Amino acid sequence: MADPELYPADQLHEHASLATSESPASRLLLMAIAFAFLGIFLVVPLVVVFEQAFAKGIGAFLEAIREPDTISAIKLTLLVAAISVPLNLVFGIAAAWAIAKFEFRGKAFLITLIDLPFSVSPVISGLVYVLLFGATSLLGPWLKMHGIVILFAVPGIVLATIFVTFPFVARELIPLMQEQGTGDEEAALSLGANGWQTFWHVTLPNIKWGLFYGVLLCNARAMGEFGAVSVVSGHIRGQTNTMPLHVEILYNEYNAVGAFAVASVLAGLALVTLVLKTLLEMRYGAEIAATRGH
Amino acid sequence: MDVRVANVRKEFDRFPALRDVSLDIKSGELIALLGPSGSGKTTLLRLIAGLERPTRGTIYFGDEDASNKTIQERNVGFVFQHYALFRHMTVADNIGFGLKVRPSNKRPTKAEIRARASELLDLVQLSGLEKRYPAQLSGGQRQRVALARAMAIEPRVLLLDEPFGALDAQVRRELRRWLREIHDATGHTTVFVTHDQEEALELADRVVVMSQGRIEQVGTADEVYDHPNSPFVYGFIGESSSLPVKIEDGQVWIADRPIGLSTPNVPNGEATLYFRPHHVELLDECNGCIAGTVAASRRVAGTRRVELEIGGGRERVEIELPVGHPATQKSRVTFRPNRWKVFPKVVE
Ligand SMILES: Nc1ncnc2c1ncn2[C@@H]1O[C@H](COP(=O)(O)OP(=O)(O)O)[C@@H](O)[C@H]1O
Ligand SMILES: [Mg+2]
Repeated sequence: MADPELYPADQLHEHASLATSESPASRLLLMAIAFAFLGIFLVVPLVVVFEQAFAKGIGAFLEAIREPDTISAIKLTLLVAAISVPLNLVFGIAAAWAIAKFEFRGKAFLITLIDLPFSVSPVISGLVYVLLFGATSLLGPWLKMHGIVILFAVPGIVLATIFVTFPFVARELIPLMQEQGTGDEEAALSLGANGWQTFWHVTLPNIKWGLFYGVLLCNARAMGEFGAVSVVSGHIRGQTNTMPLHVEILYNEYNAVGAFAVASVLAGLALVTLVLKTLLEMRYGAEIAATRGH
Repeated sequence: MDVRVANVRKEFDRFPALRDVSLDIKSGELIALLGPSGSGKTTLLRLIAGLERPTRGTIYFGDEDASNKTIQERNVGFVFQHYALFRHMTVADNIGFGLKVRPSNKRPTKAEIRARASELLDLVQLSGLEKRYPAQLSGGQRQRVALARAMAIEPRVLLLDEPFGALDAQVRRELRRWLREIHDATGHTTVFVTHDQEEALELADRVVVMSQGRIEQVGTADEVYDHPNSPFVYGFIGESSSLPVKIEDGQVWIADRPIGLSTPNVPNGEATLYFRPHHVELLDECNGCIAGTVAASRRVAGTRRVELEIGGGRERVEIELPVGHPATQKSRVTFRPNRWKVFPKVVE
């Protein structure tokens, strides 16, 4: 085919698998393996979570959810996500923009830095903040003097979450922006657009799907982060417990229904994002394929 | 708008992509930057546009120094090599973009922008495609949309980077004629880049031949074809044959005999003789000529081309013979160029 871009994106997939088609038997086998694997490692545990949550009836479930400490944990989790996701959205775009569209010294180093949260254990990320802001640290006395509380309080939890979830948006955008290059931006500038108009009308529409995936992943992780948050939170019930931490506490207290009820809410939030993503993909599939380029 | 490039140098990380380039572009002119890949054509075009800043030198738009103006202030229409159409916008929105982003006191109304877009679509012969997306257009159609979009802002200069580079030969030829018509109708000062000499010679009022970051020659198609002023231009434009020669007292010598050409202004010493394969005169008897034996022969449209071995096979040149010429393999052919030029050997 001479130029695949001449055809609407949704017709392309028909041509894709002709050359590499497998025999029917091996295709079945591959699919069976994939489904069995997903079933055992993902679906079954998820079902168990919901089953345990409702083990003693819907009344017990609702009671566990309405517990003040649980409500506070849910609120805190949503608050942390609401702060850290938008910040990482902005940081992620800025970092990806700098890396993809400019040449400068230390670029490789910056890329490594962005990956750091992925390669470092979350517990260590948390400990870094303890070392930075703890009572015995350099900053500790100064913070205390000015009455600023970071550790074992919401600011610490937000900072740790931002750190851990930083790579998601940037990682999603860098390859996309690198592939798209600077041509469209130069075209917009040559037509008289200023920097902001260029970003808003040209860059953002080109990256919006990548950005959307990045934000979804970032959000899922921000709500689910355990290790780093656990170190800086202090586990104060009703104050600094996020949902994952609260699940652990309830579980350690042998409160199975409570633990699984909160866990099911957390899992439910994740499922909502997943469904949202799938719906949007169904609705805008052709457009997504087009902006990702062929 | 006159554009003047004065002694411009451009370095990328110390690598000089352009070395001391000067060029006057007259208002309303259609000018081609022609040269092999890597000769600095795109760099020169981007410097004029304001997409790059010169390392040294000045670029004038009319009488004003535009060197430090941004691309927005220069008001140029730039057509990118791969079009750079906004893929999430319809054809009409692409064309109207430059008007839509104007500051509110200079921005036409939505209806005016729409009207202007369809007017331009008429001009580029794409009426009716307003609602299409770039992915739904052929390469040639995208090229036209890109040009319409660049013209929508009423640019002072129109700059096109390899406008037909990505198209197949048939579409290329059509669009070439069409671009000339559009240029004659609108009168924009236009600079386009190409590595295709046929395109440059056929389309442009003047051709700028570039090589290795320098301008080799500027002139009309006839001037650069008939009077190439350097070995590079001789070799790059049209076909040419060359032979190492010696100059003695204004006479051209090959090996130990003069070939009957005199060139009083070239100093004694080693030099190179250039001529076109069809600028030769066949001779029957040789007292002062070039003699060779036929090594290969091929038919080119209405003529025949033979490759001759000169001086016992050390050099080969190609000349044109009438189709009916009796020469066959190993025949001896004697000739003398009737239009030619000698360039002294450059001491490296
Ligand atoms: N942004 C850049 N960074 C580094 N080198 C460049 C850049 N742009 C062009 N060059 C170099 O400058 C030279 C001229 O390039 P260019 O103007 O694109 O040539 P052309 O358009 O004639 O093919 C080439 O050697 C190219 O590698
Ligand atoms: Mg180029």
